Amino acid sequence: MTDATAGAGPNPQDAAAKAAEKPGPMLAADGTPLKKSLSRALRRQKLRALMLIAPLLIFVLVTFVAPIADMLFRSVENQIVSDTLPRTTAALDDWNADSGELPGEAVYEGLYYDMVIAEERKLHTRLGSRLNYEQTGLSSLFRQTGRGVDDIGEVYFDQFDDLNPAWDEAVTWAELMGEPNWVAEAKARAGNDESIPGFEMKDGIEDLLPRTAEMYGIFAEFTETEDEDSPIEEEPWEMVHVALYQDLVSQDVSGYDGAQADLLNEAKAAVGDFETIGFKDGFLEIEDDWGNHDIWATIKTYSPNYTNGYFLAAVDMEKTPDGPALRDENERIYGILFQRTMFMSLMITFSCILLGYPVAWLLANLPSRSANLLLILVLLPFWTSLLVRTSAWKVMLQQQGVINDVLVWLGLVADDARLVMINNQFGTIVAMTHILLPFMILPLYSVMQTIPPSYLRAAKSLGATNWTAFWRVYFPQSVPGIGAGSILVFILAIGYYITPEIVGGTTGTFISNRIAYHISSSLNWGLAAALGTILLAVVMALYWCYDKIVGIDNVKLG
Amino acid sequence: MSAILTKVEQRPMSFTLPVVGAAGAFAGIFVGAANGSTIAGIVGGAVLIAALAFIAMTSVPSDKEKLFRWAMIAIFAVTGLLFGALPGLIVGGLFGWFFGWFIYWIGQGRYRSHLVPYLTPGQVLWHYAFRVICGAIFVFLITPILVVMPLSFNAENFFTFTPEMLRFDPDGYSLKHYRDFLTNSEWTNAVWNSLRIAPVATLLSVSLGTLAAIGLSQSHVPGKRAIMAVLISPMIVPLIISATGMYFFYSKIGIVGTYWGVVLAHAVLGIPFVIITVTATLVGFDRSLVRAAANMGANPVTTFFRVQMPLILPGVISGGLFAFITSFDEVVVVIFIGSAELQTLPWQMFTGLREQISPTILAAATILVGISICLLTTVELLRRRSERIRGMSPG
Repeated sequence: MTDATAGAGPNPQDAAAKAAEKPGPMLAADGTPLKKSLSRALRRQKLRALMLIAPLLIFVLVTFVAPIADMLFRSVENQIVSDTLPRTTAALDDWNADSGELPGEAVYEGLYYDMVIAEERKLHTRLGSRLNYEQTGLSSLFRQTGRGVDDIGEVYFDQFDDLNPAWDEAVTWAELMGEPNWVAEAKARAGNDESIPGFEMKDGIEDLLPRTAEMYGIFAEFTETEDEDSPIEEEPWEMVHVALYQDLVSQDVSGYDGAQADLLNEAKAAVGDFETIGFKDGFLEIEDDWGNHDIWATIKTYSPNYTNGYFLAAVDMEKTPDGPALRDENERIYGILFQRTMFMSLMITFSCILLGYPVAWLLANLPSRSANLLLILVLLPFWTSLLVRTSAWKVMLQQQGVINDVLVWLGLVADDARLVMINNQFGTIVAMTHILLPFMILPLYSVMQTIPPSYLRAAKSLGATNWTAFWRVYFPQSVPGIGAGSILVFILAIGYYITPEIVGGTTGTFISNRIAYHISSSLNWGLAAALGTILLAVVMALYWCYDKIVGIDNVKLG
Repeated sequence: MSAILTKVEQRPMSFTLPVVGAAGAFAGIFVGAANGSTIAGIVGGAVLIAALAFIAMTSVPSDKEKLFRWAMIAIFAVTGLLFGALPGLIVGGLFGWFFGWFIYWIGQGRYRSHLVPYLTPGQVLWHYAFRVICGAIFVFLITPILVVMPLSFNAENFFTFTPEMLRFDPDGYSLKHYRDFLTNSEWTNAVWNSLRIAPVATLLSVSLGTLAAIGLSQSHVPGKRAIMAVLISPMIVPLIISATGMYFFYSKIGIVGTYWGVVLAHAVLGIPFVIITVTATLVGFDRSLVRAAANMGANPVTTFFRVQMPLILPGVISGGLFAFITSFDEVVVVIFIGSAELQTLPWQMFTGLREQISPTILAAATILVGISICLLTTVELLRRRSERIRGMSPG
């Protein structure tokens, strides 16, 4: 409709004439085709609706969905091994666990450096407790090794120190490894107690002394970030001396003419006569277990960044060299726990149907005034605090509790043989049936309200007995209510935590209680996340069914 | 239901006497057990009630029925007083009242008056048996809550009725657990924390939830089902999983153990309730009112606050109350992401139940029951008001 196209396109008169000839698109008041105008209005309406929803959706995604996704991720994440022992795991790649032989010297060398760094960063105990989930004894092994790992470095450190005491001075090392300008400025500032600039590595030193440069770099970074000190004032760890020894044995340093070149050449000449200690022997001296093939197999198995180990543990399996296998019979606890959770949730759902159906029927068939009054008796427990109801059941069911007292008073139970009704499955089922019963009654009631009572009368007038009329006419129409209530109750029951924790004892607990135990007591978060993921998958499947059958927007809350 | 459907007529003695006798025997079990001999109680109860029924049906003129029933209450109450002091008086009086009514109800055949005439005796029996079953289920629903209340006035540190309490001895009762609840700093801090967290969380979920519910109620929302599923999911996902995930994630972003961390978590848990109640109210909302308002020159904001909001307000308030009670009652998430200074009332109760059993919990529970009765009444009144506005129910 712009002027530029007016010459090429049909002019308005032509268009009007054409429109008169054959029926063109219907136009809205402003001249745009009606179809376009409508779809634009529709689009705007959609956009407005989405903008109203967006704040809440973003809020829920950030505060709720993201945390759950994070938990799911945690169930497979296993970066701790390769983060803590990067050199060891890299060297282990070449090792074949099935060979039955111990890994080679290269692996122990990597382990040495990794352990020294981990020990300085205090990470080795965390790794030890992580690996201890897979094989007991690893926690103490890592702790012991962390304490003894410096012994290996001592051997070389002492010999460098004997050769020339300058090797035990921070400045010597800083001059050898650091950029000369940085060294000069750092020295000047250190003298004046000013803040020292960050360490800069000397050009070319990586080629000359590769291992030493790497280790000194790590030391310098750690000193600056963790200790808030400068390498110019701190003598390096013994690990750097070990690296230097290795470099001097293998590298040619005669071309070096920077700072401390004399010292370096002196050391180069002397290292040939150094007393040496193999890394493997050193570790075996600290802890015999480093010669244990199984331990290396475990470390290798858990060295990838992601693992299905937690999930295997959650279904009572473990990784073996021959692939996943079931644990020993007496170590299987999660299968039983899942079965028990299922069984008890089903029992609770079933008891809720049994108790909820008659009540819902009565409510639906009473005149509305008395039905509303009785409905309050259903809603009162629904509105009462969960902890109030749970403590009430504790009061009722315990051995000195109300029910036992009444039974003893009536003479039905002897005083010394009071019933044990709490801290077992019975207690959990009773208390949870009571707590979840309103969730069954309310959907049942709303479905039964829609069933006309005349159907029953019609069936009876056609000759059906009471039972037939109920079973063939009324019951099938109430099945949607049973379905809605059952799924809701089952979903809520399967993930319950508080009530089983208080009245469940040891035999009446659910999988949720185990998850809480792993989060707060055993600190095996990966396993907790894996158990949670399995539980979540079951709940989500049921939620999907619920949405298909009932529709989530049909949930009734009184 | 006051209309009499079936003509009432006196039942034969062969029917009345066994029925009331059986009821008397049942009551006799309790009286007998309380006084040492169950067998004597059963036999005595059956004979006594059957004899009274016989007298009532044969010798008492029909205009003296009221007098007879009052006499029964008096006799039973006095007998009760002789056997068991004050509680005996009350229990005896109740027995007298019940059996006075029951003898006439059975003997005069009044139980049939509300039922259609063509029912067989078996159907009549089932009708009442069904009501007794339902009554038992209601007792199951309510008793645990009712039992807590008297126990909270216990003078001892027990979770059970003491003999003094059963004798209605004033020494057996005291307000000391309430005093403890109101003065112990652990409990008052817990109440204060709950009151600090719940309203803010409620405000957050109600404001965001109402907006979203209005958005969701429009006719063309792409992906409505999926959005709805996400928004309702905090109610469905087991709390332990939400708590675990929030613990990990919130510690990453550094809000574990802070006030706002708990508020955000509680707000998201309350959202499904707001969404459900507000969308339910919006189903009955006539959208042409909005168009009418726009037609008369109101801008969308004015339309929302002056037209739409007053009409959906009952739903919004009940959604808010649901969100409030969710936060006020929440314990799992706060245990995981809260800190010792943020200990809420449910948390305090949970620790109390698990570790040091003190009847102060029952005092707290009784107060909470009082609060929930208030909230329930409010929600019920709002629901009726909303239905009345929309003309769905005449009441």
